[in-house]
Amino acid sequence: MAFDLFLLEVVISGLMTGVMYSLVALGFVLIFKASGVFNFAQGVLALFAALALYDFLAEDGWFFAVFGFTLPVWLAIPATALIMIFLAWVIERAVLRFLVKQEEIILFMATIGLAFVLEGLGDLLFGSDVKPLDIGIPQGASDLLLDNFNLYVEKLEIVAAATAAVLVTALAIFFQKTRVGRALRAVADDHQAALSVGISLNKIWVIVWSVSGIVALVAGIMWGSKSGVQFSLSLIALKALPVLILGGFTSVPGAIVGGLIIGVGEKLAEVYVGPLVGGAIENWFAYVLALGFLLFRPQGLFGERIIERV
Amino acid sequence: MFYRENGQFKSSYSSDQAIFPIAQDRAFVIGILLVAFCGVPFFINEYWANAILIPLLVYALAGLGLNILTGYCGQVSLGTGAFMAVGAYASFKLVGFFPEVNYLILIFVSGLVTAAVGVVFGLPSLRIKGFYLAVATLAAQFFLIWLFNKVGWFYDHSPTGMITVRPIDFFGVRVTGPEATPAAKYLFTLTIIATLTLTAKNIVRGRVGRSWMAIRDMDIAAELIGIKPLQAKLSAFAVSSFYIGVAGALYFGVYLGSVEPLEAFDINQSFYVLFIIIIGGLGSILGAFLGAAFIVLLPILMKNLMVGGFGVASGTAGHVEILLLGALIIFFLIVEPHGLARLWQIAKEKLRLWPFPH
Repeated sequence: MAFDLFLLEVVISGLMTGVMYSLVALGFVLIFKASGVFNFAQGVLALFAALALYDFLAEDGWFFAVFGFTLPVWLAIPATALIMIFLAWVIERAVLRFLVKQEEIILFMATIGLAFVLEGLGDLLFGSDVKPLDIGIPQGASDLLLDNFNLYVEKLEIVAAATAAVLVTALAIFFQKTRVGRALRAVADDHQAALSVGISLNKIWVIVWSVSGIVALVAGIMWGSKSGVQFSLSLIALKALPVLILGGFTSVPGAIVGGLIIGVGEKLAEVYVGPLVGGAIENWFAYVLALGFLLFRPQGLFGERIIERV
Repeated sequence: MFYRENGQFKSSYSSDQAIFPIAQDRAFVIGILLVAFCGVPFFINEYWANAILIPLLVYALAGLGLNILTGYCGQVSLGTGAFMAVGAYASFKLVGFFPEVNYLILIFVSGLVTAAVGVVFGLPSLRIKGFYLAVATLAAQFFLIWLFNKVGWFYDHSPTGMITVRPIDFFGVRVTGPEATPAAKYLFTLTIIATLTLTAKNIVRGRVGRSWMAIRDMDIAAELIGIKPLQAKLSAFAVSSFYIGVAGALYFGVYLGSVEPLEAFDINQSFYVLFIIIIGGLGSILGAFLGAAFIVLLPILMKNLMVGGFGVASGTAGHVEILLLGALIIFFLIVEPHGLARLWQIAKEKLRLWPFPH
């Protein structure tokens, strides 16, 4: 029985970690769907958002230095969201606008360049030391589950899972029900056709980058609360990539399910396979797992069927 | 007026198939080779060899390798760093096993080992395409680096986990380690790279290279005209990994001397090499060299300018450097997405007409 409980604990912890990966993967999917850009800068966007949020909250930030007070959490988050929207606008203006119609790999390299710029900018503006991000998300193990079921589950992870659920629902409603959402789907479907019915691509790109900037903010908050705001936060992008190829580049549900599979698989492997080969396998296991899936479904679990014509 | 091909007729098959059919090109390349082989070694010093010329050549070779795979065969790979590591560790182990064998042969064998590993990790390319493949090659990146860091056999159980090159003589001349003269290191690297570049140029304009390009342009169409995707893709992975493996062996043996896998061959290395070929020009041999020059020289230039010129603190300079590097990469992609090699081509077109505008 004790063993089963342990297994359950591992699985739950895996699911929760998976949700955190999904949050990052979501941002990738949104941008890829709407513009076909494989946005490598998503992880750095999350880092940048977390840094900006920290700056509003802490007394050693720019904001405090300039205005002499810090923002409360409920105001700081929208303020950071505004910054992310502004950033999206700048990115569209300065980079994407000039790269329309380029090959995918060129756009991909441009986002790596963008990641470098944001990384350097973040370090310059906010310093590169580890910053604790505390916005009042409860920490530690959940007492309720611990007492009643003897299960050890982090409160933060429960909050993250709930946030992810809310976020995905909101995104689904946004995509399905609103005018802008319909336009986004039209662009994702066919750029040319969308243009011909009067949808402005530039505007759509700003919107979609803003949305994924806000998703990055959420991911940044969660990861930042978990392990502090630091440079390594941008590396979660690398964690989200296997999730992406597993779930399919173009599928929002894929990002969620992929994240859960990767999270659980990774935790199980860490616990049961890791000790046999000397540990530290979490860096590559997710990739191998995703690769295994891909050999059977080359477009990912939920990706659009690849139809090839000569 | 300086550069024109009129009056240069091809009257034999061999002149029709020459690598540089135009006399000016030929003269230019021979001139560069003469300077590189006979001029530079007399003036080279420690700084020029270790900070500029050797890294430039090694990165150019790695770029060449990746260009074969990505530029000519269209398979995006992010595993370059790991394949360089395979070459480096293979050469390290081989030198340990066979200290008497000529170093050149060992480097060649290291390349072959890397080619074998590359083929294994290239197998998914038969099913997976585009970015899915790019991410799948990251599996190679993370797995191989983990392996080299974890299994003691690879680094001879050294307590630091690093591998350090043994002093090796090549026909009586020391080419690795601290006692080797800069000129010897440089000439050794240059010879290998010149030979491999010539080979690459001939591979890509031959039958194999054309089958790669057909696969790149549209793999289904290529299959219909009788090119076997299995052979074409795996041969591209093999040749590309061979080049990258040799580059890795030189990177470790001649350039750095001792490496630690987590730092020297991490994912940034893969990105750097990808930058080299994108900025230099996809599907161009010259592009690999121009891109390597850009990526190697630019940070040195910026560091010298900022720390020496404006007195910026070196910590801040590091951040500014990465910021500027990113910005310049974006700038170049916007201005000339086909890379420096294309700029060179445009320059030649202009020179053909000069001094007349049309």
